[in-house]
Amino acid sequence: MTAPALQTTRRCPYAPPDEHTRIRDTESGISQVTLPSGQVAWALGRLEHIRAVLTDPRFSSDRQHPNFPRLTREQPTSDLMRPSIIQLDPPEHGPARKAVVGEFTVRRMAALRPRVQQIVDDHIDTMLAGPRPADLVRALSLPVPSLVICEQLGVPYHDHEFFQSRSSALLSRAVTAEERRQAATELRDYLKNLILEKAADPADDLLGRQLAQGNDPEDVLSLAFLLLIAGHETTANMISLGVVTLLERPEELTALRDDPTRTPLAIEELLRVYTIAEFANSRVAVEDVEIGGVTIRAGDPVLALSNAANHDPSAFDDPEEIKLDRGARNHVAFGFGIHQCLGQNLARMELQIVFDTLFRRIPTLRLATPADRLPYKDDAFIYGIHEVPVTWEDPA
Amino acid sequence: MTRIVADLDRCVGSGQCVLTDPDAFDQSDEDGTVVLLQDAPADDEAWKRARIAVEICPSRALSLTE
Ligand code: SF4
Repeated sequence: MTAPALQTTRRCPYAPPDEHTRIRDTESGISQVTLPSGQVAWALGRLEHIRAVLTDPRFSSDRQHPNFPRLTREQPTSDLMRPSIIQLDPPEHGPARKAVVGEFTVRRMAALRPRVQQIVDDHIDTMLAGPRPADLVRALSLPVPSLVICEQLGVPYHDHEFFQSRSSALLSRAVTAEERRQAATELRDYLKNLILEKAADPADDLLGRQLAQGNDPEDVLSLAFLLLIAGHETTANMISLGVVTLLERPEELTALRDDPTRTPLAIEELLRVYTIAEFANSRVAVEDVEIGGVTIRAGDPVLALSNAANHDPSAFDDPEEIKLDRGARNHVAFGFGIHQCLGQNLARMELQIVFDTLFRRIPTLRLATPADRLPYKDDAFIYGIHEVPVTWEDPA
Repeated sequence: MTRIVADLDRCVGSGQCVLTDPDAFDQSDEDGTVVLLQDAPADDEAWKRARIAVEICPSRALSLTE
Protein backbone atom coordinates (compact mmCIF):
# COMPACT_ATOMS: atom_id res chain seq x y z
CA MET A 1 0.00 0.00 0.00
CA THR A 2 1.39 3.41 -0.86
CA ALA A 3 1.27 6.16 1.71
CA PRO A 4 -1.06 9.09 0.93
CA ALA A 5 0.49 12.32 -0.31
CA LEU A 6 1.37 14.93 2.29
CA GLN A 7 -1.32 17.58 2.32
CA THR A 8 0.18 21.07 2.17
CA THR A 9 -2.84 23.39 1.97
CA ARG A 10 -5.20 24.59 4.68
CA ARG A 11 -8.97 24.78 4.44
CA CYS A 12 -8.99 27.44 7.13
CA PRO A 13 -6.09 29.86 7.70
CA TYR A 14 -5.94 29.15 11.41
CA ALA A 15 -6.39 25.42 11.41
CA PRO A 16 -3.94 22.73 10.34
CA PRO A 17 -4.52 20.92 7.04
CA ASP A 18 -7.35 18.41 7.66
CA GLU A 19 -5.15 15.45 6.90
CA HIS A 20 -2.64 16.52 9.57
CA THR A 21 -5.43 16.66 12.14
CA ARG A 22 -6.56 13.21 11.06
CA ILE A 23 -3.05 11.78 11.47
CA ARG A 24 -2.71 13.40 14.91
CA ASP A 25 -6.00 11.88 16.04
CA THR A 26 -5.22 8.31 14.96
CA GLU A 27 -4.40 5.88 17.73
CA SER A 28 -0.64 6.31 17.45
CA GLY A 29 -0.68 9.90 16.18
CA ILE A 30 1.93 8.81 13.64
CA SER A 31 1.40 7.87 10.02
CA GLN A 32 3.36 7.47 6.81
CA VAL A 33 2.96 10.05 4.06
CA THR A 34 4.49 10.44 0.62
CA LEU A 35 6.41 13.69 0.23
CA PRO A 36 6.57 15.71 -3.01
CA SER A 37 10.08 14.22 -3.44
CA GLY A 38 8.55 10.73 -3.56
CA GLN A 39 10.10 9.85 -0.20
CA VAL A 40 7.89 8.10 2.31
CA ALA A 41 8.19 9.82 5.70
CA TRP A 42 6.78 9.33 9.17
CA ALA A 43 4.47 12.25 9.93
CA LEU A 44 4.01 13.08 13.63
CA GLY A 45 0.96 15.03 14.75
CA ARG A 46 1.13 15.12 18.57
CA LEU A 47 2.89 17.77 20.56
CA GLU A 48 4.36 15.25 22.97
CA HIS A 49 5.92 13.18 20.15
CA ILE A 50 7.27 16.21 18.34
CA ARG A 51 8.91 17.54 21.48
CA ALA A 52 10.44 14.09 22.04
CA VAL A 53 11.81 13.77 18.51
CA LEU A 54 13.17 17.30 18.32
CA THR A 55 15.12 16.86 21.56
CA ASP A 56 16.44 13.38 20.71
CA PRO A 57 19.97 13.20 19.26
CA ARG A 58 19.02 10.01 17.44
CA PHE A 59 17.29 12.24 14.89
CA SER A 60 19.61 14.21 12.62
CA SER A 61 19.25 17.57 10.86
CA ASP A 62 21.79 16.67 8.18
CA ARG A 63 20.30 17.81 4.90
CA GLN A 64 23.04 16.04 2.96
CA HIS A 65 21.66 12.71 4.18
CA PRO A 66 19.93 11.12 1.17
CA ASN A 67 16.87 10.31 3.28
CA PHE A 68 16.44 13.76 4.81
CA PRO A 69 12.79 14.72 4.06
CA ARG A 70 12.44 16.98 1.02
CA LEU A 71 9.34 18.99 0.24
CA THR A 72 10.37 19.64 -3.35
CA ARG A 73 10.85 17.23 -6.22
CA GLU A 74 14.40 18.35 -6.94
CA GLN A 75 17.56 17.79 -4.95
CA PRO A 76 18.17 20.44 -2.31
CA THR A 77 20.34 23.46 -3.07
CA SER A 78 22.47 22.71 -0.01
CA ASP A 79 25.47 21.89 -2.25
CA LEU A 80 25.76 25.63 -3.00
CA MET A 81 27.11 26.46 0.44
CA ARG A 82 28.50 24.91 3.56
CA PRO A 83 25.83 23.64 5.97
CA SER A 84 24.42 26.39 8.17
CA ILE A 85 23.73 25.92 11.88
CA ILE A 86 20.25 24.50 11.27
CA GLN A 87 21.86 21.60 9.41
CA LEU A 88 24.43 20.74 12.08
CA ASP A 89 24.08 18.00 14.67
CA PRO A 90 25.92 17.85 17.99
CA PRO A 91 28.78 18.17 18.73
CA GLU A 92 29.36 20.69 15.89
CA HIS A 93 26.06 22.49 16.47
CA GLY A 94 26.58 23.86 19.99
CA PRO A 95 29.73 25.95 19.41
CA ALA A 96 28.38 27.22 16.06
CA ARG A 97 25.11 28.38 17.62
CA LYS A 98 26.83 29.89 20.64
CA ALA A 99 29.04 31.91 18.30
CA VAL A 100 25.99 33.85 17.11
CA VAL A 101 23.09 33.49 19.54
CA GLY A 102 24.58 36.17 21.80
CA GLU A 103 23.46 38.59 19.07
CA PHE A 104 19.81 37.63 19.69
CA THR A 105 19.44 37.59 23.48
CA VAL A 106 16.35 39.06 25.09
CA ARG A 107 18.47 41.96 26.36
CA ARG A 108 20.02 42.68 22.95
CA MET A 109 16.56 42.71 21.42
CA ALA A 110 15.32 45.14 24.07
CA ALA A 111 18.22 47.45 23.19
CA LEU A 112 17.08 47.44 19.56
CA ARG A 113 13.57 48.60 20.43
CA PRO A 114 14.05 52.36 19.94
CA ARG A 115 15.40 51.83 16.43
CA VAL A 116 12.62 49.39 15.51
CA GLN A 117 10.05 51.82 16.93
CA GLN A 118 11.44 54.54 14.69
CA ILE A 119 11.34 52.28 11.62
CA VAL A 120 7.74 51.33 12.36
CA ASP A 121 6.73 54.97 12.88
CA ASP A 122 8.41 56.04 9.65
CA HIS A 123 6.59 53.38 7.66
CA ILE A 124 3.24 54.25 9.23
CA ASP A 125 3.87 57.93 8.40
CA THR A 126 4.52 56.99 4.79
CA MET A 127 1.43 54.81 4.64
CA LEU A 128 -0.78 57.54 6.13
CA ALA A 129 0.53 60.06 3.60
CA GLY A 130 -0.24 57.75 0.69
CA PRO A 131 -3.41 56.64 -1.11
CA ARG A 132 -6.18 54.57 0.42
CA PRO A 133 -6.59 51.65 0.41
CA ALA A 134 -2.98 50.75 1.06
CA ASP A 135 -1.47 47.28 0.89
CA LEU A 136 -0.33 46.57 4.42
CA VAL A 137 2.11 43.92 3.18
CA ARG A 138 4.10 46.39 1.06
CA ALA A 139 3.65 49.32 3.41
CA LEU A 140 4.56 47.63 6.68
CA SER A 141 4.69 43.82 6.95
CA LEU A 142 7.59 43.31 4.55
CA PRO A 143 9.71 46.48 4.85
CA VAL A 144 9.89 46.62 8.66
CA PRO A 145 11.46 43.20 9.32
CA SER A 146 13.48 43.48 6.16
CA LEU A 147 15.03 46.79 7.17
CA VAL A 148 15.62 45.54 10.70
CA ILE A 149 17.46 42.39 9.62
CA CYS A 150 19.46 44.36 7.03
CA GLU A 151 20.68 46.81 9.64
CA GLN A 152 21.43 44.05 12.07
CA LEU A 153 23.38 41.92 9.58
CA GLY A 154 24.93 44.83 7.74
CA VAL A 155 23.26 44.15 4.37
CA PRO A 156 22.46 47.30 2.34
CA TYR A 157 18.68 47.78 2.44
CA HIS A 158 18.68 49.46 -0.96
CA ASP A 159 19.20 45.97 -2.41
CA HIS A 160 16.02 44.70 -0.75
CA GLU A 161 14.09 44.18 -3.97
CA PHE A 162 16.86 41.92 -5.19
CA PHE A 163 16.97 39.68 -2.13
CA GLN A 164 13.25 39.80 -1.38
CA SER A 165 12.37 38.45 -4.82
CA ARG A 166 15.02 35.71 -4.47
CA SER A 167 13.94 34.68 -1.03
CA SER A 168 10.26 34.55 -1.95
CA ALA A 169 11.18 32.34 -4.93
CA LEU A 170 13.04 30.06 -2.53
CA LEU A 171 9.99 29.76 -0.30
CA SER A 172 7.48 29.34 -3.10
CA ARG A 173 5.99 26.08 -4.26
CA ALA A 174 4.91 27.74 -7.50
CA VAL A 175 8.35 28.06 -9.10
CA THR A 176 10.34 25.49 -11.08
CA ALA A 177 13.40 23.69 -9.75
CA GLU A 178 15.62 25.72 -12.09
CA GLU A 179 14.12 29.00 -10.89
CA ARG A 180 14.63 28.03 -7.28
CA ARG A 181 18.22 27.02 -7.88
CA GLN A 182 18.91 30.21 -9.77
CA ALA A 183 17.43 32.32 -6.96
CA ALA A 184 19.61 30.52 -4.42
CA THR A 185 22.72 30.93 -6.57
CA GLU A 186 22.12 34.65 -7.12
CA LEU A 187 21.49 35.28 -3.46
CA ARG A 188 24.60 33.32 -2.51
CA ASP A 189 26.77 35.24 -4.98
CA TYR A 190 25.40 38.55 -3.74
CA LEU A 191 26.14 37.68 -0.11
CA LYS A 192 29.52 36.22 -1.01
CA ASN A 193 30.62 39.54 -2.53
CA LEU A 194 29.29 41.43 0.44
CA ILE A 195 31.18 39.18 2.86
CA LEU A 196 34.40 39.53 0.85
CA GLU A 197 34.08 43.30 1.13
CA LYS A 198 33.38 43.04 4.84
CA ALA A 199 36.31 40.67 5.36
CA ALA A 200 38.59 43.37 3.96
CA ASP A 201 37.00 46.04 6.10
CA PRO A 202 34.86 44.54 8.91
CA ALA A 203 32.06 46.86 9.97
CA ASP A 204 30.42 46.80 13.40
CA ASP A 205 27.44 44.71 12.36
CA LEU A 206 26.58 41.05 12.90
CA LEU A 207 28.38 39.77 9.82
CA GLY A 208 31.37 42.05 10.44
CA ARG A 209 31.62 40.82 14.04
CA GLN A 210 31.42 37.18 12.93
CA LEU A 211 34.34 37.81 10.58
CA ALA A 212 36.28 39.81 13.17
CA GLN A 213 35.90 36.87 15.60
CA GLY A 214 37.85 34.79 13.10
CA ASN A 215 34.96 32.76 11.71
CA ASP A 216 35.57 31.35 8.25
CA PRO A 217 33.95 33.56 5.57
CA GLU A 218 32.36 30.45 4.03
CA ASP A 219 30.57 29.73 7.31
CA VAL A 220 29.58 33.38 7.68
CA LEU A 221 28.08 33.16 4.19
CA SER A 222 25.87 30.23 5.17
CA LEU A 223 24.80 32.08 8.29
CA ALA A 224 24.03 35.27 6.34
CA PHE A 225 21.96 33.32 3.83
CA LEU A 226 19.96 31.66 6.59
CA LEU A 227 19.36 34.81 8.64
CA LEU A 228 18.46 37.02 5.69
CA ILE A 229 15.76 34.65 4.47
CA ALA A 230 14.48 33.65 7.90
CA GLY A 231 14.63 37.22 9.15
CA HIS A 232 12.08 38.86 6.99
CA GLU A 233 9.56 36.57 5.29
CA THR A 234 8.49 34.87 8.47
CA THR A 235 7.95 37.96 10.60
CA ALA A 236 6.32 39.72 7.64
CA ASN A 237 3.75 36.95 7.37
CA MET A 238 3.02 37.03 11.09
CA ILE A 239 2.50 40.80 10.94
CA SER A 240 -0.07 40.43 8.15
CA LEU A 241 -1.87 37.50 9.75
CA GLY A 242 -1.84 39.14 13.16
CA VAL A 243 -3.23 42.46 11.95
CA VAL A 244 -6.05 40.73 10.05
CA THR A 245 -6.90 38.57 13.05
CA LEU A 246 -7.00 41.53 15.43
CA LEU A 247 -9.07 43.67 13.05
CA GLU A 248 -11.59 40.83 12.92
CA ARG A 249 -11.90 40.92 16.72
CA PRO A 250 -12.71 44.53 17.57
CA GLU A 251 -13.47 43.93 21.26
CA GLU A 252 -10.27 42.07 21.91
CA LEU A 253 -8.36 44.64 19.90
CA THR A 254 -9.75 47.40 22.09
CA ALA A 255 -8.67 45.46 25.18
CA LEU A 256 -5.16 45.16 23.78
CA ARG A 257 -4.99 48.81 22.83
CA ASP A 258 -6.07 49.78 26.34
CA ASP A 259 -3.56 47.47 27.94
CA PRO A 260 -0.47 46.77 25.83
CA THR A 261 0.97 44.53 28.57
CA ARG A 262 -1.39 41.91 27.07
CA THR A 263 0.27 42.04 23.66
CA PRO A 264 3.07 39.51 24.36
CA LEU A 265 0.56 36.79 25.27
CA ALA A 266 -1.61 37.66 22.27
CA ILE A 267 1.48 37.20 20.10
CA GLU A 268 2.14 33.73 21.55
CA GLU A 269 -1.43 32.77 20.70
CA LEU A 270 -1.13 34.12 17.14
CA LEU A 271 2.14 32.22 16.72
CA ARG A 272 0.40 29.06 17.90
CA VAL A 273 -2.76 29.24 15.83
CA TYR A 274 -1.02 30.10 12.56
CA THR A 275 2.19 28.04 12.93
CA ILE A 276 3.40 29.58 9.68
CA ALA A 277 6.58 27.48 9.44
CA GLU A 278 4.69 24.23 9.83
CA PHE A 279 6.99 22.27 7.50
CA ALA A 280 10.28 23.49 8.97
CA ASN A 281 10.83 20.64 11.43
CA SER A 282 12.13 17.60 9.59
CA ARG A 283 14.69 15.04 10.70
CA VAL A 284 16.17 11.73 9.62
CA ALA A 285 16.52 8.92 12.15
CA VAL A 286 20.08 7.69 12.64
CA GLU A 287 19.10 4.84 14.98
CA ASP A 288 15.98 2.78 15.51
CA VAL A 289 13.66 4.68 17.84
CA GLU A 290 10.24 3.79 19.22
CA ILE A 291 7.75 6.65 19.42
CA GLY A 292 4.14 6.16 20.42
CA GLY A 293 4.34 2.41 19.82
CA VAL A 294 5.73 2.85 16.29
CA THR A 295 9.27 1.80 15.46
CA ILE A 296 11.06 4.36 13.36
CA ARG A 297 14.05 2.71 11.69
CA ALA A 298 17.50 4.18 11.24
CA GLY A 299 17.44 6.06 7.94
CA ASP A 300 13.70 6.83 8.01
CA PRO A 301 12.66 10.42 7.19
CA VAL A 302 10.52 12.12 9.86
CA LEU A 303 8.29 15.16 9.48
CA ALA A 304 6.88 17.03 12.48
CA LEU A 305 3.36 18.29 11.73
CA SER A 306 3.85 21.24 14.04
CA ASN A 307 0.61 22.94 13.09
CA ALA A 308 -1.41 19.87 14.07
CA ALA A 309 0.63 19.66 17.28
CA ASN A 310 -0.09 23.28 18.10
CA HIS A 311 -3.80 22.39 17.89
CA ASP A 312 -3.40 19.16 19.86
CA PRO A 313 -6.35 18.93 22.27
CA SER A 314 -4.25 16.99 24.77
CA ALA A 315 -1.99 20.04 25.09
CA PHE A 316 -4.36 22.98 24.54
CA ASP A 317 -7.99 23.43 25.66
CA ASP A 318 -10.33 24.26 22.76
CA PRO A 319 -7.32 24.37 20.45
CA GLU A 320 -9.27 25.66 17.44
CA GLU A 321 -10.32 28.78 19.31
CA ILE A 322 -8.18 31.89 19.18
CA LYS A 323 -7.94 33.06 22.80
CA LEU A 324 -5.60 36.00 22.89
CA ASP A 325 -5.15 35.70 26.65
CA ARG A 326 -4.64 31.92 26.60
CA GLY A 327 -1.12 32.30 27.97
CA ALA A 328 0.19 29.02 26.54
CA ARG A 329 3.86 29.14 25.69
CA ASN A 330 4.44 25.43 25.15
CA HIS A 331 3.70 25.66 21.41
CA VAL A 332 6.27 24.67 18.81
CA ALA A 333 5.70 27.53 16.34
CA PHE A 334 9.43 28.35 16.57
CA GLY A 335 10.32 24.65 16.56
CA PHE A 336 11.75 22.85 19.57
CA GLY A 337 15.07 21.35 20.54
CA ILE A 338 18.51 22.73 19.83
CA HIS A 339 17.45 24.29 16.52
CA GLN A 340 14.59 26.34 17.93
CA CYS A 341 14.42 29.64 16.03
CA LEU A 342 17.48 31.78 16.65
CA GLY A 343 15.58 34.98 15.90
CA GLN A 344 12.48 34.25 17.97
CA ASN A 345 13.00 37.15 20.35
CA LEU A 346 13.66 39.52 17.49
CA ALA A 347 10.39 38.39 15.93
CA ARG A 348 8.48 38.79 19.20
CA MET A 349 9.87 42.30 19.70
CA GLU A 350 9.04 43.39 16.14
CA LEU A 351 5.51 42.00 16.33
CA GLN A 352 4.91 43.72 19.63
CA ILE A 353 6.04 47.12 18.39
CA VAL A 354 4.15 46.82 15.11
CA PHE A 355 0.84 45.78 16.71
CA ASP A 356 1.01 48.29 19.55
CA THR A 357 2.01 51.17 17.31
CA LEU A 358 -0.25 50.47 14.36
CA PHE A 359 -3.49 50.19 16.34
CA ARG A 360 -2.61 53.10 18.61
CA ARG A 361 -1.76 55.40 15.74
CA ILE A 362 -4.55 54.34 13.39
CA PRO A 363 -7.54 53.47 15.59
CA THR A 364 -9.88 53.49 12.56
CA LEU A 365 -7.80 50.98 10.59
CA ARG A 366 -9.97 48.41 8.80
CA LEU A 367 -9.74 45.81 6.06
CA ALA A 368 -10.70 47.05 2.60
CA THR A 369 -11.21 43.45 1.46
CA PRO A 370 -13.08 40.94 3.66
CA ALA A 371 -10.72 38.62 5.53
CA ASP A 372 -12.14 35.53 3.84
CA ARG A 373 -11.33 36.91 0.39
CA LEU A 374 -7.69 37.74 1.04
CA PRO A 375 -5.05 35.90 -1.02
CA TYR A 376 -3.60 33.49 1.55
CA LYS A 377 -0.29 31.83 0.71
CA ASP A 378 -1.35 28.28 -0.06
CA ASP A 379 1.49 28.19 -2.56
CA ALA A 380 4.40 28.81 -0.19
CA PHE A 381 6.37 26.82 2.36
CA ILE A 382 5.82 29.60 4.88
CA TYR A 383 2.16 30.53 5.40
CA GLY A 384 1.01 34.12 5.15
CA ILE A 385 -0.96 36.52 2.96
CA HIS A 386 0.19 37.99 -0.35
CA GLU A 387 -1.70 41.26 -0.03
CA VAL A 388 -3.81 42.95 2.68
CA PRO A 389 -5.70 46.06 1.48
CA VAL A 390 -6.43 48.34 4.45
CA THR A 391 -8.04 51.73 4.82
CA TRP A 392 -8.76 54.27 7.61
CA GLU A 393 -10.60 57.51 8.37
CA ASP A 394 -9.03 60.94 8.46
CA PRO A 395 -8.30 61.92 12.03
CA ALA A 396 -11.13 64.07 13.39
CA MET B 1 15.97 21.85 49.20
CA THR B 2 14.75 21.94 45.62
CA ARG B 3 16.72 24.20 43.31
CA ILE B 4 16.78 25.21 39.67
CA VAL B 5 19.77 23.79 37.83
CA ALA B 6 20.98 24.93 34.42
CA ASP B 7 23.18 22.86 32.13
CA LEU B 8 25.18 25.36 30.10
CA ASP B 9 26.37 22.70 27.66
CA ARG B 10 22.82 21.95 26.65
CA CYS B 11 21.54 25.54 26.64
CA VAL B 12 21.08 27.00 23.15
CA GLY B 13 20.33 30.55 24.25
CA SER B 14 16.70 30.68 23.17
CA GLY B 15 15.86 33.09 25.99
CA GLN B 16 12.53 31.39 26.70
CA CYS B 17 13.46 31.20 30.39
CA VAL B 18 14.19 34.95 30.49
CA LEU B 19 10.76 35.65 29.00
CA THR B 20 9.20 33.39 31.61
CA ASP B 21 10.89 34.96 34.63
CA PRO B 22 13.40 37.78 34.16
CA ASP B 23 13.99 37.83 37.92
CA ALA B 24 15.32 34.29 37.88
CA PHE B 25 17.02 34.04 34.48
CA ASP B 26 19.27 36.16 32.32
CA GLN B 27 21.49 35.42 29.31
CA SER B 28 25.20 35.89 28.85
CA ASP B 29 26.16 38.65 26.42
CA GLU B 30 28.97 36.44 25.18
CA ASP B 31 27.25 33.31 23.98
CA GLY B 32 23.60 33.81 24.91
CA THR B 33 23.56 30.98 27.44
CA VAL B 34 21.45 31.15 30.56
CA VAL B 35 22.62 32.90 33.71
CA LEU B 36 20.76 31.83 36.83
CA LEU B 37 19.96 34.88 38.92
CA GLN B 38 18.09 32.86 41.49
CA ASP B 39 18.16 29.13 41.94
CA ALA B 40 15.64 28.99 44.77
CA PRO B 41 12.26 30.49 43.87
CA ALA B 42 10.92 32.66 46.66
CA ASP B 43 7.21 31.87 46.52
CA ASP B 44 4.56 29.74 44.83
CA GLU B 45 4.23 32.09 41.89
CA ALA B 46 7.97 31.97 41.27
CA TRP B 47 7.87 28.19 41.51
CA LYS B 48 5.14 28.10 38.94
CA ARG B 49 7.25 30.19 36.58
CA ALA B 50 10.26 27.97 37.21
CA ARG B 51 8.27 24.89 36.26
CA ILE B 52 7.07 26.58 33.07
CA ALA B 53 10.65 27.52 32.20
CA VAL B 54 11.74 23.90 32.70
CA GLU B 55 8.90 22.71 30.49
CA ILE B 56 9.40 25.11 27.60
CA CYS B 57 13.21 25.22 27.55
CA PRO B 58 13.80 23.81 24.05
CA SER B 59 17.11 22.14 24.85
CA ARG B 60 16.05 20.63 28.18
CA ALA B 61 18.84 22.56 29.84
CA LEU B 62 16.81 23.40 32.94
CA SER B 63 15.75 21.07 35.70
CA LEU B 64 14.62 21.08 39.30
CA THR B 65 16.68 18.97 41.67
CA GLU B 66 16.56 18.10 45.31
S1 SF4 C 1 15.16 28.42 27.80
FE1 SF4 C 1 16.73 26.83 27.93
S2 SF4 C 1 17.88 27.00 26.03
FE2 SF4 C 1 16.73 28.89 26.26
S3 SF4 C 1 18.17 30.29 27.26
FE3 SF4 C 1 16.91 29.35 28.85
S4 SF4 C 1 18.09 27.56 29.50
FE4 SF4 C 1 18.97 28.22 27.55
